[in-house]
Amino acid sequence: MPVSVDHSRLIYDALKECGVGLVSALPETWLVHLIRMAEDDPEMILVRLAKEEEGVGLSAGAHLAGTKSAMLMQNHGFLASVNGIVSCAQLYRIPLLMLISHRGEFGERDPWQTEGGGVTEHVLQALRIPFAYLDSPSHVAHRIRKAQTLAYSSNKPVALLLCRDLMWTE
Amino acid sequence: MLRLEALKSVYEKLENRVVITIMGAVAAELQSIGHRPNFFYLQHAMGLASSMGLGVALTRPELSVVVFDGDGSILMNLGGLTTLARYRPRNLVHVVFDNESLLSVGGFPTATSTGSDIAGMAAAAGVPRTATVRTLDEFVGAFDTALASHELTTIVAKVDAKGPAGFVTDLALLENRFEFQRWLKSATSRPPSPAS
Repeated sequence: MPVSVDHSRLIYDALKECGVGLVSALPETWLVHLIRMAEDDPEMILVRLAKEEEGVGLSAGAHLAGTKSAMLMQNHGFLASVNGIVSCAQLYRIPLLMLISHRGEFGERDPWQTEGGGVTEHVLQALRIPFAYLDSPSHVAHRIRKAQTLAYSSNKPVALLLCRDLMWTE
Repeated sequence: MLRLEALKSVYEKLENRVVITIMGAVAAELQSIGHRPNFFYLQHAMGLASSMGLGVALTRPELSVVVFDGDGSILMNLGGLTTLARYRPRNLVHVVFDNESLLSVGGFPTATSTGSDIAGMAAAAGVPRTATVRTLDEFVGAFDTALASHELTTIVAKVDAKGPAGFVTDLALLENRFEFQRWLKSATSRPPSPAS
């Protein structure tokens, strides 16, 4: 499978470096290595979800209880989580570190992924969620760290879009 | 059974436990009995109270967590029952007050009014202990048993579709949130199980 193991490892190590102790996830192709890394890490609490919106509640509970978390989801999962993000995380000022695989951008071959990619950034903007792209290994670690820093200083959700150029090796 | 009476009947046992409620009547009625810093009221995000409870239970296994859910809310997150069951934290008691209606918006009937069985769905999802109770004595018994069992339990308490006159209280949402977080920071261990 041409999902980059090395770049997945970079992302995972950056999350660990940031003190993330709980990861919620719903599998999608680009996330498989990240989820396996969380699964193989005895220090990580991995929560496999039925639907991504649950992850907002998980992260809210973990945060109030003192554990830093990250959410792994596809952009369609982000779209499915919007009410939870607004009426739990934003209403109650909960920091969320959302790592969203940005399917449907240039290079997408799966026809069913092409609508979500076109609206993801617009929905993030409409929700006033700060976001940045992870599209090169050189900036993975410090962008994740900076995103988390802003999430905690603002007590708000932030998003990192995992891009094809980082996640996929042709 | 009235939900207010059910809450009163277990109120003393909530001391030093993490308590997370849904919005509406449950939040207003628990506050009317007496707010405590270990109570958090999720005043929106229907369905996510149980997910929040799971987040606390998994990250703080030394604490005892009680979620007061409702039929309208859990019906919005039935998949969450499978996630609860998958990780089945031993320190979580999940109470669902089932009044078979969406009371706060005028009492429109939910699917439990036509036979959908939340305890049955929880059991089928894999929640190790479930019960449906209809009287105050049954409720208190089931609650005590659940606390003493140290196994994930979903208790469906069938209650009358009656609630408070209003749902807005004088406790600001963010005041509740930060107070609750501070309480969690200082909380150290679960209270003893009630004598059974």
